[in-house]
Amino acid sequence: MTAIPLQLPRRLLEFTLDGQETRVPEGSTLLDACRAAGKDIPTLCEGDTLAPKNACRVCVVEVEGARVLAPACSRKAEAGMTVLTDSPRARHSRKIVLELLASSTDLSTTPRAAEWIKEYKAKPERFGPDAARLDEEPKIDNDLYVRDYDKCIQCYKCVDACGEQWQNSFAISVAGRGFDARISTEHDAPLTDSACVYCGNCIEVCPTGALSFKSEFDMREAGTWNEEIQTETTTICAYCGVGCNLTLHVQENEIVKVTSPHDNPVTHGNLCIKGRFGFQHVQER
Amino acid sequence: MDLHFGDSKPTDEERAAVDSLLGLPTSAWEGADDRTDSDLRWARGGREARERRDLLLPGLHAINDRIGWISEGALDYLCRRLTVPPAEAYGVATFYAMFAVKPRPAKVLHVCTDLACASKGSAAVCAGLEERLGAAGSAAGGLVWQPSPCLGLCERAPAALVIQAGVPSDEGSAPQPPAAPGATERVQLGGARPSWPAGANPAGPARAANGVSVTAPLPSSPAGLPVGGQAAEAAPRRYATAVIAPATPEALVLAGAEPAAAPAEPAAALAVPQAGQPGLSLLSRVGVVDPYSLDDYRAHDGYRALRRAFDLGPAGVIREVTDAGLVGRGGAAFPTGRKWQATASQPVRQHYLVCNADESEPGTFKDRVVMEGDPYALIESMTIAGYAVGADRGYLYLRGEYPRALRLLQHAIDQARARGFLGDDILGQGYAFDIEIRRGAGAYICGEETALFNSIEGYRGEPRSKPPFPVESGLFGKPTAENNVETLINVLPILNQGAAAYAAIGTGQSTGPKLFCVSGNVGKPGIYELPFGATLGELLELAEAPDTMRAILLGGAAGGFVRPDELDIPLTFEGTRAAGTTLGSGVVLVLDDTVPLPKMLVRVAEFFRDESCGQCVPCRVGTVRQEEALHRIVDKTGEDAAEDIALLREVGAAMKDASICGLGQTAWSAVESAIDRLGAYK
Repeated sequence: MTAIPLQLPRRLLEFTLDGQETRVPEGSTLLDACRAAGKDIPTLCEGDTLAPKNACRVCVVEVEGARVLAPACSRKAEAGMTVLTDSPRARHSRKIVLELLASSTDLSTTPRAAEWIKEYKAKPERFGPDAARLDEEPKIDNDLYVRDYDKCIQCYKCVDACGEQWQNSFAISVAGRGFDARISTEHDAPLTDSACVYCGNCIEVCPTGALSFKSEFDMREAGTWNEEIQTETTTICAYCGVGCNLTLHVQENEIVKVTSPHDNPVTHGNLCIKGRFGFQHVQER
Repeated sequence: MDLHFGDSKPTDEERAAVDSLLGLPTSAWEGADDRTDSDLRWARGGREARERRDLLLPGLHAINDRIGWISEGALDYLCRRLTVPPAEAYGVATFYAMFAVKPRPAKVLHVCTDLACASKGSAAVCAGLEERLGAAGSAAGGLVWQPSPCLGLCERAPAALVIQAGVPSDEGSAPQPPAAPGATERVQLGGARPSWPAGANPAGPARAANGVSVTAPLPSSPAGLPVGGQAAEAAPRRYATAVIAPATPEALVLAGAEPAAAPAEPAAALAVPQAGQPGLSLLSRVGVVDPYSLDDYRAHDGYRALRRAFDLGPAGVIREVTDAGLVGRGGAAFPTGRKWQATASQPVRQHYLVCNADESEPGTFKDRVVMEGDPYALIESMTIAGYAVGADRGYLYLRGEYPRALRLLQHAIDQARARGFLGDDILGQGYAFDIEIRRGAGAYICGEETALFNSIEGYRGEPRSKPPFPVESGLFGKPTAENNVETLINVLPILNQGAAAYAAIGTGQSTGPKLFCVSGNVGKPGIYELPFGATLGELLELAEAPDTMRAILLGGAAGGFVRPDELDIPLTFEGTRAAGTTLGSGVVLVLDDTVPLPKMLVRVAEFFRDESCGQCVPCRVGTVRQEEALHRIVDKTGEDAAEDIALLREVGAAMKDASICGLGQTAWSAVESAIDRLGAYK
């Protein structure tokens, strides 16, 4: 039996979403309302376990009467407001954001990026062959995970997960400014010299694959990574008595990575180094 | 949090720099060398230890001022002292242009290459320096030179600033005005902090007394050695700054060799062509009073407005300001009375007053001239504003490139405190208020109100998303009224003349006097005070604009260009809006037909690329793509440029619509106006 925690009933408020009268619980964001109405708004920096940072701006929508567009992920619904999710202005900005990202960053492992680029008719190549790119080499300085900053869109999710929102380790931060800003440890030191505790919670929230298991990175390099044939099995971690859920991703009878369900009330998707990476003993044969 | 530090140790000098700000460490938890028995028994940490995060930026300044750059050991030590994760402190240190985290010479020469200076020959200055000192960024002879965004010295363009890191002296002594202005250059770092009421002080006692000032050697002292230096030991290098404007390569090489011996800056009043004329209100005292003398200020109507404020009470002051129709002069034109009312009515305590003196908009220098020419006016205005909104603390966030304004304001605050115009019981009225100066470190974005809060709090100066608005949740999450310098000093004429008399000045919607920063190719560049409603032509006539004008930039890099045949635009918020342009912060930058417009537009684009904080995609990548496109068409016109102009329009529209803050939203407006209004690239 699944226990569903009861919450205080929330007042409903009414507003117009793409011409439709919509009722959502007070405190909902426009993104919540869109999802409840079955609308597909692209998102990148939004995370279900993190406070919205609204940095990527790919989810912008038009609020009537506002001078600029609003990020759906963090803008709260207000009674009486009129919101257009598919207006020419909103679509234009989403298209440009996708073009800007795809022209500067490697989005090859970003789920759904290719689909959105097609949907919005974005042409990242039109900035020319000389358009500045991140041009970063993968940082491989430990056995557990890889930081491939060529794929990083600077969404701050890893920083928030490592810092005040989850892990409280503060091993990484954004350093530098503007286009040269990068996620970095202090003085760009190797991860092994930093405050990192290898919980891998940054990998869990990374939306682009810039942070990945070393096992996944190596298999992708070797061309053997195949998500289609992977199975996912959710079990309970046996290392301690907390009882975190582990989802084992298995390909050809090998565990290739471990995640945790984000709706698990114990972990919220977070694990520690043992649960996340301590699976080798299962398959040492 | 469980802090993790590397093995790097600070040098004695780095340790001394941090300790001069924070006092000596009290336990090994804070970085003391010897661990005591009690350290083993009691862990120092938790909220109390973390509450000093706002001293991170002053701490980085202390290290950078003394050493010239911030090493791993120094940063680690500062982090230990303040219980800040090193990765976060590194993120903060690398955010600001004035800090370096790689070794560099003690002397850094910042050469302004921004719009006003570019129009007055900064390219030749840079070429001359390249010949004499090598390429920008290459260290030679204990000196490195680098191009810089606007230094706020536009009336004396081209401008440069030399900063020599070194040891402060005279620790703890109260700063004194020089006997003769200019004879002795007094440099003050940080200055005495206000002593907040006991118990309410987040920083603890260590914060109370750390006045650090240095008397740079007199120009006549042999080889710049400090007077009284020990002959046996090598004399320590002293912290010194020098402003060279107008700059020539020769003068810069000389000043770079010995900053302390550089000629003194001309008086601030020289930036005010109208100085001393009757009928001035905001500038009436500039060039008339001695900026060091509180008595002189009082003899010229000083502190009359504060007494009137005490008579009216806080609600009365807000009513006067609202009735006067004062709106923010920083560019957004938000009604000041409404902002104050909204802050004052928040039930949460504590309230803060923040003065935004981080003017970094290219072409803007009015706040500097006011602060240097009439510093007590700002102190009095802040006291009145603090009284109105119910704040007992004020922060004055001053841009890091203004050494003289820092010196004068710190002196003014110290004097006002000593004479009972600041402190626990101002003028015996039972109102407690004190002001602390916080220095910026080279980041245009920190002029954005919420980025400024983050900067003071010791975080990266990135804008926050609104709502919540500052009046509800601002500095340290508390209700905060933030006003620009010019907005604040308007409170004095409002209270002295009364709201009705003030509102009679200007037009119906834009009341009062307005300061304009005129620079570029004009005969008399400087700050002009005109009532709202004067036309652009009237202003340019005063400033002696040439007949060969090609374009006029209103509002700085974030503003827009107008044509020389549009001189009848009224200089009001509504008038410029109706003309499809903006008044912004009051920049009027004149370009004559010798200035290559496409190159100026590339400079605007470079500025925004450099100053984008990098938080949101439209601005972070959009400003780069804009610069690339403008580079491609710098020599092209007509059909050849059409494709890139179409691209610029598309990217510009997304930056305007989807960026988080005003920087990205306006990064395209000057370029757009040049294309549409001036017909650049036709």
